[in-house]
Amino acid sequence: MDVALINPFIDATLHVLKTMGTTDAKPGKPYLKKDQQAKGDVSAVIGLTGESNGTISISFPEQSIVAVVSRMFGEPISNLNGDVTDAVGEIANMISGQARQKLEVMGRILHGSIPSVIVGKNHQIRHITTYPVIAVPFETENGGFTIEICIEE
Amino acid sequence: MDMGMTVLVVDDFATMRRIIKGVLKDLGFKNVIEAENGKVALSELKKEEIGLVIADWNMPEMTGIDLLKALRSDDRFKELPFIMVTAEGQKANVIEAVKAGVTNYIVKPFTPDTLKQKLEAIFG
Repeated sequence: MDVALINPFIDATLHVLKTMGTTDAKPGKPYLKKDQQAKGDVSAVIGLTGESNGTISISFPEQSIVAVVSRMFGEPISNLNGDVTDAVGEIANMISGQARQKLEVMGRILHGSIPSVIVGKNHQIRHITTYPVIAVPFETENGGFTIEICIEE
Repeated sequence: MDMGMTVLVVDDFATMRRIIKGVLKDLGFKNVIEAENGKVALSELKKEEIGLVIADWNMPEMTGIDLLKALRSDDRFKELPFIMVTAEGQKANVIEAVKAGVTNYIVKPFTPDTLKQKLEAIFG
């Protein structure tokens, strides 16, 4: 996969969390993910279509997403409830939109599906293509989270 | 701005409805109602007088752009202020919305100030 496609998703993730969740996140080193095991307790997956097909996902451990959503809503959220899972879908939706806007500037037009959200310990994320999956870990003051990007050449 | 007008917030994500509703309440709007897609929004529009629609683009059942087109083809809603608040910021989307008669366009994520500025641009 063209590594130039990764940066728009990293930038979009940082921008969305900063703007909607007033959360500063720090990206770690991208790596090739070889299994389907989700890195968190709640994940959102979005299908990409257009010039290429693909999927992107974002996966949060409970501790970090509860902190992000508490800031988004301006009130404390104590656990991984329906409000939080809904918010994960919308966060993924905004990251997808922001990244696709940046990709358009690079000449790549992609469309995004409505997000699917998966909740539970040890769930799996299935990307729709057999192309390599690039994972990018992020750290926040309340824990980490991971995005995954899989786009056909 | 008439803070007594009813504002209809249309988004399939409860999170975004909650955030927009919170911003509107902070700005002083007293009557804010919600719908989870364009179809439900149309039904709300038939029930009561709405002064402003704030709608997402991508929604199941009926999208925001289809809602906008339906409203602009109805004489009663031709001039109804309609703000699209969406993650879709690609040029083709913005052009389609403008052609369909959108009043203003906000790309998510957005700050409360952005929504406030768009409202002031519409209502003064």
